[in-house]
Amino acid sequence: MSVASVRWHGDPQDVSAIVIEQADRLFHGEVNKQRLAEADAGAWPAAIWQAVEQAGLPLALVREARGGVGLEARDALQLVRRSGYHTLPVPLAETMLAAALWTEAGGTVEGGPASLAPVVPGDAIGIERRGDSFVLSGRAARVPWATRVDRVLLHARDAGGTGYLALLPRAKAAAETLRNLANEPRETLLLDGVTLPSPAVRPAQAACAEGFLPFGALARAMQMVGAMERCLDYALAYAMERHQFGRPIGKFQAVQHMLADAAGQYAAAAAAAELGVEAYGSSDFVFAAAIAKARVGEAAGRVAEVCHQVHGAIGFTQEHPLHFATRRLWSWRDEFGHETYWQERVGRAVCGAGGEALWPMLVGS
Amino acid sequence: MLRKSLEYSRFMRALRFDAPALPSEAADARRRVRAFLAAERSAGRYVPHRSSWSTFDAEFSSRAGAAGFIGVTWPNQYGGQAQSSLVRYVITQEMLAAGAPCAAHWIADRQSGPQILRHGSERAKLLLLPRICRGECFFGIGMSEPDSGSDLAAVRTRAVKRDGGWAVNGSKIWTSNAHRVHYLIALVRTGDPGADRHGGLTQFIIDLAQPGVSVRPIHNLAGGHEFNEVFFKDYIVADDMMVGAEGQGWSMVTGELAFERSGPDRFLSDYRLLVELIERVRGRASEREAAEVGRLVSHLAALQRMSASVAGLLDRGENPNTEAALVKDVGTAFERDLPEVVRRLVPLEASLDDRDDALSETLAHVVLHAPSYTLRGGTREILRGIIARGLGLR
Repeated sequence: MSVASVRWHGDPQDVSAIVIEQADRLFHGEVNKQRLAEADAGAWPAAIWQAVEQAGLPLALVREARGGVGLEARDALQLVRRSGYHTLPVPLAETMLAAALWTEAGGTVEGGPASLAPVVPGDAIGIERRGDSFVLSGRAARVPWATRVDRVLLHARDAGGTGYLALLPRAKAAAETLRNLANEPRETLLLDGVTLPSPAVRPAQAACAEGFLPFGALARAMQMVGAMERCLDYALAYAMERHQFGRPIGKFQAVQHMLADAAGQYAAAAAAAELGVEAYGSSDFVFAAAIAKARVGEAAGRVAEVCHQVHGAIGFTQEHPLHFATRRLWSWRDEFGHETYWQERVGRAVCGAGGEALWPMLVGS
Repeated sequence: MLRKSLEYSRFMRALRFDAPALPSEAADARRRVRAFLAAERSAGRYVPHRSSWSTFDAEFSSRAGAAGFIGVTWPNQYGGQAQSSLVRYVITQEMLAAGAPCAAHWIADRQSGPQILRHGSERAKLLLLPRICRGECFFGIGMSEPDSGSDLAAVRTRAVKRDGGWAVNGSKIWTSNAHRVHYLIALVRTGDPGADRHGGLTQFIIDLAQPGVSVRPIHNLAGGHEFNEVFFKDYIVADDMMVGAEGQGWSMVTGELAFERSGPDRFLSDYRLLVELIERVRGRASEREAAEVGRLVSHLAALQRMSASVAGLLDRGENPNTEAALVKDVGTAFERDLPEVVRRLVPLEASLDDRDDALSETLAHVVLHAPSYTLRGGTREILRGIIARGLGLR
């Protein structure tokens, strides 16, 4: 059964729970230590991608009228959270966002994995109309999976500052390949006068006025919440399994307090991410996504630290799977803008409006 | 491995932090309380950066009562308005954010009144609740004793049955405002503690104006007089001033903790300091200042969501003790962090005498009171033990 076959009946919370449970089962079945190790070594996990695509997950955020599954953003983004829990080694979040944003701009649904660019604050791509086609120039660093995906959705601006979305087949871009700390491909796109036909270019919708950063930031925030949950699962299980001094280490108050602290960080992160999810599609989205990425990123470092401390030496090895989650946390917190970038964005909005304006920003006027 | 770990994660998975849909009366209450507080401020009846929910101002509380902001969830026959608990949540939020001096009515509205409503005698309800609602009758908390702080089950103050009532002997300590409130609800020993030490505890309403009770002031490190020690010497309390049944004190005290711990008073105690910081850097914030303010706001927004979510659970009749402990632990850490951030950003030597500099004056007040944030209502260490139990580690 794919999420595409789920239709709205009864309580939306139930439907959401069904979708998440199905995706969870799929991720659990497809992702294992061997496949993660292969992806780590640079292989494209074709079997995992195929299963994810067959279930319709990449089109979760695309409206039904445009050929998608038409989940509410809150449910689609729960799938992203679960993909983080399972450290799914394919660009599901990127493809979901690219498909949703491209179809919202009037583009049509296409299959296969996709990515987004630019993804680093300050990176920009220029676009210029030349007859029936468009010419793109610029450099976008750290593009997720750029050479592994079938297409990259670009956000570009013309000389007058007008925004466009452009769908770039991967063959047309030269790329420099790096890996993030979890060995996920992060590649530099060099666009040196790449020409695209006009059907591959559309005016950017208002929601993309700031490009893709807020969308990617929220997706990474949800992935991090999922990955933190995984780390805490491992740590709580290990704390009760591992005996020292004649009892489980989880019975020691020092360990309990460390894990309680991590649980608080996780809880605050989950709450902040939910704020971003709820604001998806609203005029408050950028502010809420900024809060989400800032708060979740800060929690991610602390949760990873505590969970490693609880695991001791075994958590520092390839033998225990904790590193699949923690290496992603260490990378994801820096991607699509690190905490300081988003904190400053939040702070600018707040300091511009003044002290008395903050409260209505938080709870409504 | 996964199957086993899933068992441990049930609690984590359950954390969704859905925001409760506020009833329309809540939006209406928000408007009314904002208008009330704006009028209070413009009339100069309180100064936001010089007060907080622990500032005692009986006249403010009687005006708040007259305006209908106290005991709003209680039934009409006891002076209340039968409103949803989410309406009360919005009122307390707004009072806190505005720095309103709420201490006089805070305890009665938050916990004493609800206890009396649920477990008190009809005479106690009729005698006390309408006066609480009018902002004329204030309460203190009689839990801690000189040898019983975090270990509440160790209380030794004793009540012995007599004709027509109980004779109370012993003492309570850290009783905020005992010198100016009218009543306490005291947790006292009436019987055998039992193996778990949770038995034999009973709660009584103590009238501080009656003979047999005396109050000794304890000044805090900031020079303020909020704390007291309260002594009982053959104090006689009537049978119908017992709250709940004899021996039920422990479950009643722990049952109210989620209400006491998840509220916005656990992360907004020094909110006015953040307001003053923003005013100081307004319109000319450096990158670093903007980032530090943004960090604080991201923490605050998350706490706001967590607290609202727990309020929603409480409103549905659930008892989310672990979640409430999380809100208080994370919330009070934020309260402790805030003055340190201000110090890092703004070069000033804080002073309570700096009457022309609201930031300096507020910072001085907060630095001097911050140690209490992670003590009152359950220390950080007690909370982390409760959270660890929720995580399955105890």
